[in-house]
Amino acid sequence: MSEGPAGVQETVLEVSGLCTELGPQDKPVRAVDGVDLHLHRGETFVLVGESGCGKSMIALSLMRLLPSTGRVVQGEVRLQGRSLLDLPEVEMRRERGGGIGMIFQEPMTSLNPVMSVGKQVAEAVELHDPAHAASPRARVLELFRQVGIPDPERRIDEYPHQLSGGMKQRVMIAMALAGRPGVLIADEPTTALDVTIQAQVLQLLRDLQAETGMGILLITHDLGVVAEMADRVGVMYAGQLVETAAVGSFFKQPRHPYSRKLFRSLPDAGKRELGLDIIKGMVPPLNQAFDLCRFRDRCEAAQAVCGERLPPWQGDPQDGYRCHLAVDRIELQASESARHAPAAADAGQPLMAASDLRVHFPIRKGVLRRTVGFVKAVDGLDLALYPGRTLALVGESGCGKTTVGKALLQLLRASGGRVDYDGANLTQLRGESLRRLRREFQIIFQDPASSMNPRMLVGDIVAEGLRAQGIAGDRRAEQARVLQLLDQVGLPASSVGRYPHEFSGGQRQRIAIARALAVKPRLVVCDEPTSALDVSVQAQVLNLLKTLQAELDLSYLFITHNISVVAYLADEVAVMYLGRIVERGPVERVLNAPAHPYTQALLASVPVPDPDDRREVLRLEGDMPSPANPPTGCHFHERCPRAEARCRREYPARFELEPQHEVSCWLYAQRD
Amino acid sequence: MQRLFDTALVLFGVVTLVFFLSAVIPGDPVDVMLGEHASSADREALRSAMGLDRPLHIRWADYLSGLLRGDLGTSLVRSRPVADLIAERLPATLSMALAAFVVILLIALPMGLLAAHFKGGPVDRAAAVFALLGQSIPNFWLGPLLVLLFSIRLGWLPVSGNESPAAILLPAITLGTSLAAVSMRMLRASLLEVLSQDYVRTARAKGVSRLKAILWHALPNALLPVVTLLGLQLGALLSGAVITEVVFAWPGIGSLLIDAIRQRDYPLIQGVVLVIAVAYVLINLLTDLLVRRLDPRIAAAEGDRP
Repeated sequence: MSEGPAGVQETVLEVSGLCTELGPQDKPVRAVDGVDLHLHRGETFVLVGESGCGKSMIALSLMRLLPSTGRVVQGEVRLQGRSLLDLPEVEMRRERGGGIGMIFQEPMTSLNPVMSVGKQVAEAVELHDPAHAASPRARVLELFRQVGIPDPERRIDEYPHQLSGGMKQRVMIAMALAGRPGVLIADEPTTALDVTIQAQVLQLLRDLQAETGMGILLITHDLGVVAEMADRVGVMYAGQLVETAAVGSFFKQPRHPYSRKLFRSLPDAGKRELGLDIIKGMVPPLNQAFDLCRFRDRCEAAQAVCGERLPPWQGDPQDGYRCHLAVDRIELQASESARHAPAAADAGQPLMAASDLRVHFPIRKGVLRRTVGFVKAVDGLDLALYPGRTLALVGESGCGKTTVGKALLQLLRASGGRVDYDGANLTQLRGESLRRLRREFQIIFQDPASSMNPRMLVGDIVAEGLRAQGIAGDRRAEQARVLQLLDQVGLPASSVGRYPHEFSGGQRQRIAIARALAVKPRLVVCDEPTSALDVSVQAQVLNLLKTLQAELDLSYLFITHNISVVAYLADEVAVMYLGRIVERGPVERVLNAPAHPYTQALLASVPVPDPDDRREVLRLEGDMPSPANPPTGCHFHERCPRAEARCRREYPARFELEPQHEVSCWLYAQRD
Repeated sequence: MQRLFDTALVLFGVVTLVFFLSAVIPGDPVDVMLGEHASSADREALRSAMGLDRPLHIRWADYLSGLLRGDLGTSLVRSRPVADLIAERLPATLSMALAAFVVILLIALPMGLLAAHFKGGPVDRAAAVFALLGQSIPNFWLGPLLVLLFSIRLGWLPVSGNESPAAILLPAITLGTSLAAVSMRMLRASLLEVLSQDYVRTARAKGVSRLKAILWHALPNALLPVVTLLGLQLGALLSGAVITEVVFAWPGIGSLLIDAIRQRDYPLIQGVVLVIAVAYVLINLLTDLLVRRLDPRIAAAEGDRP
């Protein structure tokens, strides 16, 4: 951290008493309510909180880019001493991109699709860099090199759709750096990226900060990213900062009850048998004036005083928390959910087994739409699912893991191989016999909002499977079964007559689970069921899935990219890369002693919520190759730090390291 | 290559369809030319002189082979090459189509832009009223109304015909307003959608002014669907706006087609329809090429298709 001339840290950004409202003047929603923070030169301040807590609204307020229904009603923002909120718009434009650079969550949609990326960066150079404004190209190339875009002379003339997500985010960063800003606001910059790419981008941000000394205001919901990036942390809840602290002390001893609950709802291997802590209730609506603690209803430590007046800020503005109670008087109960018994060690016979499963999508070209090649989304895959156990299928986007789930359930027909279920080869079954079998295996999708018909009542959504399979019985039996299912997933009976949009994300996922369970399946494919949810809500859904598995002896195929969820939930793990499984084994083996270099890199890329754990890790270079044109030999060799000549020639054989633990990598050839 | 093949197929289909359709229209040119009281001997004589007594499929094959040699045939009624008749009328239709198209652009682009920019304000509401009127007032009513006002009351512009250059204004405005209403609404909707996109916010965050963000970042994206619509509208204009041509006594191919149909002048009908079809196909081709130039994603999505 660099220091100013007087030996004190130079403050580049200072926000005090910021209040931002959205919606109509007479009934506004106060999205940001009295936020104070400051940012030093060369420092990273991280705002962390769940969706809707107001963290993005702070960023947009600073940039004066609020949506048209929003306005800053109070407060002050000083950027290197200048009061931003008082600047005329013309001068504010100079600060946007010049004084403060900003990067956004979705690199896919944040670049103009019909303008070359070079031009978009050049625009920022022209606006903020008078020395290069006349011929910005050289400067753009320099910026591209600075953010690590390979082959910048070619990339500069390409359009956004020709670049991968990680490259697009690098372009965004180059654009933000063009004006040499003193402050960079990064709003969830890696949330839409895969972990290996996230690791690259976070490393880049740190390197650029060391180089330029800019202050970074980072917004995230991921405590792992906080630990990896932050110097200081601010926790947001319902429009307010509820705690600020240096990163070290925050992770050692979070003070506010909400901060503590956030940690306790994070899944990890240590909580496998305990069940995750949940935060009861929901964030209160912000269209009201509060005269008591806004966390009180959800707080287990709440005392009488919490319901009487607003909680005071305890401690220093930059190191304190907003609560009535002293730290040692905040007592949180242990997890309220039941303990989970460990799955039986002996798995018995598999319920479903795939062997040499292939799903190839043809690429058609030319006048006659001839097939000129195949995208080998799944290319020779073996796996087995056991009753009462969970197999986690892990991999980055585009590796084919979702296709595997669909092909197993015959929602997509396989191009080759077989899927055995209870003595039948599903890939051979057609028509009625397959339809009848479908009640035994169900699926839960990632986005509960789009996987339910918005015009159907929840009761009908849950009952639809019963009716389709002809097992509903009479009206009364059907009604009773629906109510029982809703109760099982923790929804009130009154949900039956409501529509999906009346529920929150977590509740909708519960409806989706009830729908899947309605036909009493023996196997459920869960395709990223919690990745659209906040941590505290994720904890509820994971607890529910685990409880239901124990009750109903369900077999889960859990498709995810979230390693901590795997550690918490899975019995076995299969790691997928470019359509094939590269490593598989019992969860504790694969996560603690990963054998394949890809698994090692994947695990190392996952940010761990522990600031002391800033390991020097194996970082992957580049992006995943296209499954239409996989590299020869081992698919991973181009990105593999330990690749040898043989890896370029031959796809590795499968080697068994221990019983059940297999890896496809030549490194283990001699042991065999 | 694929494109040319498709185009040829479309044109072949159009020619064939029109050929057989006009054959099943009741009545034939002989009746029209000789009147109802001609003797049957005279009719047969004329019929065989014009080649109408030969079987339909032979005439069809004849016509197609003529087309391949670039011969559109001869008008039955006017005894002149169809190509000449069309060539006489085409300039009038072209000039009116272009003039009307300019009117569309002049109205739709600024109005759509302003309506989107001041969404919900008085400008937007005025534009909505204009769009409603433009789409619901028929041309055979709007045309005479404009004539009454500008030609008869004010005496600024000629009533009809195409003798003076100013004569093109009223038909062009009549044609243009109704079509402009559609494009304007489309541009407004498309622009509103684009303005809420992340990349417009990105542009603003790097210090681009609101106006420039709209013109440079939002508009090129918002125009993509509008360009396709404008192409269709230009095609419609080129096919001759029959009603407007009749109202303003405009000597274009629209009124030529009406005459030809009335007289059952088969070669002329086929010739005019073929020209219209070619114009449509060409405009569509040009539109596609333009959209492809404007949107780099399309070429990528279609792989190697030309």
